Amino acid sequence: MLHDIWFLLIAVLWIGYFVLEGFDFGLGVLLPFLGRNDSERRALINAIGPVWDGNEVWVLVAGGATFAAFPEWYATLFSGFYMALFLILVALIIRGVAFEYRGKRDSARWRAGWDWAIFFGSAVPALLWGVAFANIVAGVPIDQKHEFTGNLFTLLNPYGLLGGVVTLSLFITHGAGYIALKTEGELRARANRLLVLAGLVTAVAAVVFLGWTEAAKFVPGSAVVAVLAAVALVGALAANVLRREGWAFIGTALTIGLAVVALFLNLYPNVMPSSTDPAFSLTISNASSTDYTLTIMTVVAVIFTPLVLLYQGWTYWIFRKRISADRIPDVSEAARASS
Amino acid sequence: MSPLDLARWQFGITTVYHFLFVPLTISLVFIVAGFQTAWYRTDNPKYLKLTRFYGELFLINFAMGVVTGIVQEFQFGMNWSDYSRFVGDIFGAPLAIEGLLAFFLESTFLGIWIFGWDKLPKRVHLASIWITAIGTALSAFVILAANAWMQQPVGSVVNTAAGRAELKDFFAVLTNPTVMWAFPHVIAGAFMTGGAFVLGVAVWRLLRRATDDPAPFRIAAKVGATALLVGGLFVLVTGDQLAKHIATDQPMKLAAAENLRTTEKSAPFSLFTLWDPSGNEIVSIQVPDMLSMLATNNVDGTVQGIDNLQVQYAAQYGPGDYSPSVPVTFWSFRLMIGAGFLAALAGLWFLWRMRKGGLPGRGAVATALVLPLLPLAANSLAWIFTEMGRQPWIVQGQLLTSNAVSPSVGSLEVAITLVGFTLLYGGLAAIEVGLLAKRIRGEIVDETSGADSTAQPSPFAY
Ligand code: HDD
Ligand code: HEM
Ligand code: HEM
Repeated sequence: MLHDIWFLLIAVLWIGYFVLEGFDFGLGVLLPFLGRNDSERRALINAIGPVWDGNEVWVLVAGGATFAAFPEWYATLFSGFYMALFLILVALIIRGVAFEYRGKRDSARWRAGWDWAIFFGSAVPALLWGVAFANIVAGVPIDQKHEFTGNLFTLLNPYGLLGGVVTLSLFITHGAGYIALKTEGELRARANRLLVLAGLVTAVAAVVFLGWTEAAKFVPGSAVVAVLAAVALVGALAANVLRREGWAFIGTALTIGLAVVALFLNLYPNVMPSSTDPAFSLTISNASSTDYTLTIMTVVAVIFTPLVLLYQGWTYWIFRKRISADRIPDVSEAARASS
Repeated sequence: MSPLDLARWQFGITTVYHFLFVPLTISLVFIVAGFQTAWYRTDNPKYLKLTRFYGELFLINFAMGVVTGIVQEFQFGMNWSDYSRFVGDIFGAPLAIEGLLAFFLESTFLGIWIFGWDKLPKRVHLASIWITAIGTALSAFVILAANAWMQQPVGSVVNTAAGRAELKDFFAVLTNPTVMWAFPHVIAGAFMTGGAFVLGVAVWRLLRRATDDPAPFRIAAKVGATALLVGGLFVLVTGDQLAKHIATDQPMKLAAAENLRTTEKSAPFSLFTLWDPSGNEIVSIQVPDMLSMLATNNVDGTVQGIDNLQVQYAAQYGPGDYSPSVPVTFWSFRLMIGAGFLAALAGLWFLWRMRKGGLPGRGAVATALVLPLLPLAANSLAWIFTEMGRQPWIVQGQLLTSNAVSPSVGSLEVAITLVGFTLLYGGLAAIEVGLLAKRIRGEIVDETSGADSTAQPSPFAY
């Protein structure tokens, strides 16, 4: 019972992470292309400025909670997907400092360098998280002692890579939706147009991927949710065409959430199936902590998760106004003022 | 090198690096919140200047604390998977709670503080930095409780059949006697670091930027010196308690710190010792009875020696070497104390020279710049002492470091990430120092010329 609750809570944390950090990954990937001059790029970065760090904490909590609730899962997954995780960490590091340091020097080269850091720092994790999740669901070589026996290239199989394409394109779509919702003028119009294109690519990739998932292991509940995810995506695209940006954004958020639910339902009751021998799989019972620890963690999570949602929601309310590139002062002015 | 050695280097490098930014973050957030509170209360523009000036330095530092912390969260699983399997039931909970309670609080409210200058009522905006500060202290407490459990595994039992330690009493883990002293000690050490930083920067501005209005930086210098000295006092008191505590709980650590080979009454404390390669003392300058005093509060107290403890542990845990590296523990412990003392002395000296509106001579610029490095060094050395002094254990008495490393990760992989992180961190250090220096030297905008200084867009926006 407690194991099930924690399986669910881990899914909730990943949903929170992908829905929130998803749009700022998408925005980061689009930054060099949608932002045609420095004011526009600054407008884009400031659109996620107050929230990106809070969004990133979702993955730290997901990691910490996996450690606490399913230590075996944490140990096998992170030591197994070692190189992929290393690349993700490097990307997150350069991306994090890029936001903070980009505007601190008045030099076009300095800023262009950080813009690419934001691009790669967003694109790499957006792709690799998808690769990682696809491999978790499909199963990877794990031996009797719960040790991963493959390497980085084991993960780069066609299904895994397709998973990466799905998350990357989905986050780009979601990010375009966020930009359309948060900016004005040219930026908004460009984001609107881009959303359609990115959405169509996503739709194709996601349908193939989710179909493949269910074909490999058919789980009725998971299949139903996968269909709902596809419906939400189509809804988002339709809302965008009708210029209902709020609904379009909710649509892509729902798509992400439902896709994660579909994958977790497909995974259950495993947490990391072994492709070597199903008997070696990590499951919610053989990977979990003691009931005592799970009880404590449940109490903490039940009290504090709603609180976090409340104050994070409040942040979005405070910064609800659209940002316009016209009202962003020239960066050289800002840098001069502070130097 | 074996994956074990590489993984140890990696943990040491990434964690000590993380902890260069951590003490500054912990203390600066409180000091900046204090400046902002003073501004809120008095409406005096001096304090707004200080809030913005030190606030920006704080943010430059904070960014590095965040990104290096992400690595911390995941490297237990990456390089230390057998450790994670063994401790997960206990250690994972504080880590998850740190994220859920502290990191969310910090990151969300810091975002509000950075971008909310023109969007929130002054009072709410002020509250946001205080909430960030509370989150920071909370995060320090929880992670130190996790670390304290590795030093003194309370509230849990080892389940040999399951091959892991299991939690029995979470409250006991949170009130571990080790963390009850380590937390105030680390916070005090952090205030020494931040205080020295604020003081050093202020003195530099006073001496090198004659064009500035000196009033704000005189205040900053006093605040910095006070934080440094009060921090120093608390460090001393709590450090003394920590030493007594490890004398009973991790006697081997203390014995190694002193190179005390055999159990002694009235043991001396050596200020300086050199060894030949086989471990015999060549020179040693000692204060009689001092170690017994430090460890037991009694000049006649008995302090256990390395050789005696070794025999006892071999009987208890089986054959093996249970002593940590003596030169490392010996020197890291002394240099921690020495660097801290030196910083406090420098703080006193600056206060003395600046009394009644005076200023130290221009020669003090170099001292002002070196000053923050002293407590910073004390912090790193302290962790090296704490962690190396526990060796060969990773969890005292329960799990050996050599049994903690990831079995599925090879030397090549660890080597790649070790080199990767080290190069990346080195590059980022250069960038961060460059930005700090630029900002410290930079102009201070007079933001109070407008009617209402809060009506401008957020000064820290990206
Ligand atoms: C700087 C701050 C610092 C902090 C916050 C911690 N440690 Fe530590 N740790 C070190 C400083 C350090 C060190 C001084 O850097 C060591 C000693 C030797 C080494 O290589 O790194 C180290 C070693 C070390 C190692 C490698 C084995 C070895 O000692 O060689 C592990 C796995 C840990 N520690 C585990 C932890 C955990 C799980 C912590 C979290 C609570 C922790 N340490 C907090
Ligand atoms: C080895 C154990 C440690 C782990 C796993 C760890 C983990 C982390 C993580 C994940 C972050 C980034 C949080 C964010 O993105 O907002 C962070 C930052 C930070 N950590 Fe550590 N840390 C460790 C050691 C410590 C210690 C011992 C302290 C304090 C005494 C500390 C205090 C802080 C502070 C103040 C920050 C600043 C920035 C922030 O939290 O956002 N950390 N740490
Ligand atoms: C009179 C001076 C000092 C004494 C007697 C002292 C004593 C100690 C002792 C005995 C420990 C080891 C605790 C353990 O292994 O559990 C320790 C750890 C530590 N010290 Fe100090 N110390 C002093 C000065 C300083 C200074 C100046 C700083 C920093 C500015 C500092 C920062 C730390 C830190 C960060 C730790 C590791 C935290 C921990 O043990 O949990 N100390 N100190």
